[in-house]
Amino acid sequence: MSAFWLLLLVLGIALVSYVLGRGRALSSAGGDIRNLHSLPVYYGANAALFVLIPSLILLMLWMVAQPLVVGARVQASIPAEAVSEGSTIGLVMSDVRRVADGLDLAVAQGVIEPSYATTSDTNLTEVRERLGDVGVALGSDISVTVLTAAQLLRETNASWYFWRTVLVVALALAGLGYAYSMTQKDFRARNTVERVILYLLIGAASIAILTTVGILFSLIFNTVEFFRIYPASEFFFSLTWSPSFGGGSELGILPLLWGTFYISLIALLVAVPIGLLSAIYLSEYASPAVRSIAKPLLEVLAGIPTIVYGLFALLTVGPFLVSFFGQNGHFGVNWMAGGTAVMTAGLVMGIMLIPFVSSLSDDIINAVPQAMRDGSLGLGATKSETIKQVVLPAALPGIVGAILLAASRAIGETMIVVLGAGAAARLSMNPFDAMTTVTAKIVSQLTGDSDFASPEALVAFALGMTLFVITLGLNVFALYIVRKYREQYE
Amino acid sequence: MLDDQQLVDRKVQSKEAKIAARGVNVHYGVTHAIKDVDVDIDHKTVTAFIGPSGCGKSTFLRCINRMNDTIDVARVTGDILIDNENIYDKKVDPVQLRAKVGMVFQKPNPFPKSIYDNIAYGPRIHGLAKSKADLDEIVEKSLRRGAIWDEVKDRLNAPGTGLSGGQQQRLCIARAVATEPEVLLMDEPCSALDPIATAQVEELIDELRQNYSVVIVTHSMQQAARVSQKTAFFHLGTLVEFGETGQIFTNPQDERTESYITGRIG
Ligand SMILES: Nc1ncnc2c1ncn2[C@@H]1O[C@H](COP(=O)(O)OP(=O)(O)OP(=O)(O)O)[C@@H](O)[C@H]1O
Ligand SMILES: [Mg+2]
Repeated sequence: MSAFWLLLLVLGIALVSYVLGRGRALSSAGGDIRNLHSLPVYYGANAALFVLIPSLILLMLWMVAQPLVVGARVQASIPAEAVSEGSTIGLVMSDVRRVADGLDLAVAQGVIEPSYATTSDTNLTEVRERLGDVGVALGSDISVTVLTAAQLLRETNASWYFWRTVLVVALALAGLGYAYSMTQKDFRARNTVERVILYLLIGAASIAILTTVGILFSLIFNTVEFFRIYPASEFFFSLTWSPSFGGGSELGILPLLWGTFYISLIALLVAVPIGLLSAIYLSEYASPAVRSIAKPLLEVLAGIPTIVYGLFALLTVGPFLVSFFGQNGHFGVNWMAGGTAVMTAGLVMGIMLIPFVSSLSDDIINAVPQAMRDGSLGLGATKSETIKQVVLPAALPGIVGAILLAASRAIGETMIVVLGAGAAARLSMNPFDAMTTVTAKIVSQLTGDSDFASPEALVAFALGMTLFVITLGLNVFALYIVRKYREQYE
Repeated sequence: MLDDQQLVDRKVQSKEAKIAARGVNVHYGVTHAIKDVDVDIDHKTVTAFIGPSGCGKSTFLRCINRMNDTIDVARVTGDILIDNENIYDKKVDPVQLRAKVGMVFQKPNPFPKSIYDNIAYGPRIHGLAKSKADLDEIVEKSLRRGAIWDEVKDRLNAPGTGLSGGQQQRLCIARAVATEPEVLLMDEPCSALDPIATAQVEELIDELRQNYSVVIVTHSMQQAARVSQKTAFFHLGTLVEFGETGQIFTNPQDERTESYITGRIG
């Protein structure tokens, strides 16, 4: 039985258990709900949970363990001499799996009799032909050993599937029986359900945390690998970034960090004032009618894919800036050599970030109690005095959070940089020079034909790790500011 | 309707009155919260507003310094004259009006600032202090008048929001008197205070009466009788009876007033 049908079956048993548990609770109370410790739904839910939780955990563990155990057993059955020169047991095993999948497919489509796929004296050429018919091409190096192993794999799996069904269903039924037997009117079903909900929430929270830890570990592992073949001092302090896959590259992070910092700075200089002022207008001055139109319009900006912003930077903002700051431009300054520049990317990124700042700040400003504003207005303060001296200070922790969120977005942004700022890693003060950022370089180091063991590719992980540490630092800093402020005023 | 003779009488009266309200109606959307209220509030007197909960005392109080402007659904019609000037006139600046007509709100609303900055807020905005020492003096004097100086003098830099409910209420009173308003509107200023602090606030009200007019909303008959010279009784949005406090409490003309002060309605 496939996992899907098994799941449905277990759900069905849970449903039955729900009805039974609820019924038994009611009858033990003589049909009067007031005699029960908990509402009848809780007895039902409790009975259903006793079915679901153990059997689903078993099913999950089984699904993880089966491929490992069965794979190991089949692998052990392959004689060592079957692994040809220059190949590995891993490659052979992947052949075995492919053949087994092919046989499954062929049986499912009726091209091969089920019995034919399991007998050991099948003809290799015929199998190849039949599998070719259903679109599974077998290489010429498939040997009889592989075919036999594939057949063993299918057989073992089949019996494991059988036992899986039996055990899971048995556990579900046992859960049903146990829950049914303990259901009576004094049983505290409500408390049990409450506890399960708690574990569910804890589980959800741990998934998020474990994923972060997992990402971190994969980064650390590869970063350590990188520093084994490339000196860390070079990476952190060298002023040049010139990777060449032929070897002899210089992989200094400083020009990339500088580009990241410079572009983010310009982006925030655009986004924070505009975003904050529009948030103040929307939340404090705009009439409900204006607000109901303007706010969604502003938020549309947040929904535009960044690649579109990138195109906007490349095709519109870049040439526009060149016409002012470039050679023969209106200002006649010749600061800008081409359309791609820190300024181009920074301005466009700033526009992208406006809705982040404004929308979050607007919510935060709205959350400041009206009584606070009344207090200030009642003392004869004007609206703008009230906003500046009462509303904004009260909303400050949230606004700082919004700004730092925008900063993290700016640091992590890639597409706008690739299209708007160019690809040259450069340490320059001129905002009209082309530069690039850490994220853009991570992409370019990992795309294309790179050997994953070379420092030129592994450096991407070190870059990612550095970025991770920087954003983490930023967030910790934000928390610190918010805490400090809270201590003072609440 | 009013005949000419009465109008003339009113005119004469309103010349002495600090605040004169005529035909004031307030609607919150479809709720008709204040119905056709006429009232005169004299200079250098304490006027008490009494009445059952929800009868519109706070609403009417908020009309006097145009705080209802900040509520989107509120609509005020009628005239309120302060020093013979209609405060709902186009040319009146509500900001200036509120500097002149201070208010203590029903719920304490200290700013998320230090105790010192809470008090100094109004004087700073209106430029009342010439120097830092001046400001310090205003803050101390206001806190003393709010009967809270002794409790907070050692922690003026602590946040105002960290005070107890009753302390916050007195802080808000001190904050309101710091701007030296000509009229002070107090919405249940003693609702969270113990008897001693209540007595001190009542003393403050008495002191303010020497120079200003005070309007106080209270649910305590005793307090109204103690501090006020005039009393207005509101019921379901209408002004039922208005007159000398002594007369209202000893010899009410309307039977609803009598029922309320003897505890039968409300
Ligand atoms: N912001 C508002 N929006 C809508 N209706 C309101 C608002 N404020 C007050 N009301 C309504 O106006 C009426 C009068 O309210 P008000 O606050 O003036 O009563 P009150 O006499 O001060 O009562 P209390 O003694 O309980 O403070 C009530 O019916 C109330 O529901
Ligand atoms: Mg009230």
